[in-house]
Amino acid sequence: MPLLSLNNLVKGFPSENGRRVEVVRIPSFELAEGEQVLLRGESGSGKSTLLNLIAGIVVADSGEITIGDNSLGPLSESKRDAFRARSLGYVFQSFHLLDGFSCLENVELGMSFGAGVDRAFARELLERVGLRNRENYRPSALSQGQKQRVAVARALANRPRLVLADEPTGNLDPKNAVAALELIQSLCRENGAALLLVSHDPQLGAQFDRVVELSELNQADSLQSGEGDAA
Amino acid sequence: MKPIAIAYRGVRERLVSSVITILAVALASSLLMLVWAFKKEAEESFAGATGGFDAVLGPRGSKLQIVLNALYHIDESPGLMRWEDYERASKFPAVEAAYPIAVGDNYRGYRLVGILPEYLLNHEYAEGQGFELESGGRIFESKAMDAVIGSFAASKLGMGIGDTFHPYHGLIYNENAKHEEIYTISGVLKPTGTPADKVIWIPISGIQTMSGHNPAAATDVSAALLKFKQGANMAGFQLDMLYNKQGDRLTLAWPASRTITQFFDKISWFDKILQAVAILVAIIAGGSILAILYNTMNERKRDTAVLRALGARKSTVFAISLLEAVGMTLAGAILGFGVYLVLGFGIGEVVRNETGVVLDPLRGNAAMLWAPLGMVAIGVVAGILPAIKAYRTEVARNLS
Repeated sequence: MPLLSLNNLVKGFPSENGRRVEVVRIPSFELAEGEQVLLRGESGSGKSTLLNLIAGIVVADSGEITIGDNSLGPLSESKRDAFRARSLGYVFQSFHLLDGFSCLENVELGMSFGAGVDRAFARELLERVGLRNRENYRPSALSQGQKQRVAVARALANRPRLVLADEPTGNLDPKNAVAALELIQSLCRENGAALLLVSHDPQLGAQFDRVVELSELNQADSLQSGEGDAA
Repeated sequence: MKPIAIAYRGVRERLVSSVITILAVALASSLLMLVWAFKKEAEESFAGATGGFDAVLGPRGSKLQIVLNALYHIDESPGLMRWEDYERASKFPAVEAAYPIAVGDNYRGYRLVGILPEYLLNHEYAEGQGFELESGGRIFESKAMDAVIGSFAASKLGMGIGDTFHPYHGLIYNENAKHEEIYTISGVLKPTGTPADKVIWIPISGIQTMSGHNPAAATDVSAALLKFKQGANMAGFQLDMLYNKQGDRLTLAWPASRTITQFFDKISWFDKILQAVAILVAIIAGGSILAILYNTMNERKRDTAVLRALGARKSTVFAISLLEAVGMTLAGAILGFGVYLVLGFGIGEVVRNETGVVLDPLRGNAAMLWAPLGMVAIGVVAGILPAIKAYRTEVARNLS
């Protein structure tokens, strides 16, 4: 049984001229437990929308998203929030660390809405990403690469079954990008989490169990006709 | 991490504006308490510090001036009245006790009040509470060159039994206006919490015949303090009719406590200004909270979206935003209570220095509850709009 399965997933948004623009139409997609998959797609190919659908942040117009035994469709918004807090990790391109919080607190935030804060594990994760000695630093005092390492630690903080990563190397220089990617992958493996990483970078791929071209997976009208700007 | 911890970090992140807001709330809260609670305390303490007298008979003039001079020893006497007027008043059937007083000199700013020894020996300044002396002291004889000093004056002047002093002419200390007479302290009064504490008591004949005073007025007095018999409810009306309506030489201030409350009523316009200022500051503080939270919502949209992406519910981010507003007002209200206490005790000390009346800023008053709670309520109202905005934050849009 796959960890993640998408069936006939459709999502559209109203455009400025009032018409509805379809940005995601995925007939079928599966991800196994612990599998690491690269979803490769150009800007505007619906990568972020797809991750937001899987995370339960946005709701599909139709179709089904199943993660483990949970089908997201019937869940209320608050239950999707609770599910996300317990079962998913999210790594963003812009890191999205909170400036008012220290590195340690940012990692603890990743636990706060799920099972609760486990400071020892938060410190363990910071140790693992090489920033234990900076646990009290604010994000503004860190380099870009360090920020992404904290963000990776935060994504793993709630011991998720699935980590979603949206262009996690997009804001990093090549050296830091390679390091960050290795870190995400190894941490996911160590923690038994599957990884679904979306990126437009053509150089990525070799490190993953599977590479899926989003242009082949996503059959949305807007992508077929070149209309609209899928996020 | 609990919502309150997240809210605290939000407040800390905007430290300068948060501190300014907290100070505004503290100012508003303390002003509200001062205007309502402390003013009430002052009014009640002054009205209750009439020294156990029902009325004051003095020369023709302002009732307030007579009461302030005779009972609180803080204003000039409107003039003098004859000894016979005192004696006549003391013989009214409804009058239980009458004591003449003469006010006119000072020692280093502390007033000398001339009285009969019976005043200190027999009079109860409060129900069942007569004057008491510290050990070793004694009340002076009626013609002696002795003095009994109030506890506060003794403490401030550093004087005790056996110390001597020259009286100085007038109510304001002038080192060139020294009288020749020398008085010896024969006793120190135990604290009473009344104006008696800041007075130096001497025999009334001493003031009347002090060197340099007008010999023609050697039997005159400043006022007569009257205590009515219990149940003599009509006494005040009768004497009021006699002295204030029919007579034109003397003035009866009755009831003594009402003269003080009437005075407070007369300056109630000032209270209203203070109340308006306090309410205005409270509104400004509330507006400040609203402005700070609302204006920073744009930059906080991303943070809110991140919290939601990490699994925070809409109700949680709503609560976090509201807690920031409530937290700031709560901190302000607590600080405001501290400011109120500092100002209250400070003003209380000044009032005690000037009048001897003891004010207790901690005496229970509803305003000490509703003023801080009112500020927190303002925080809730001011925090609602930003909290709704946080609640409605579009997560996907603000993460991209």
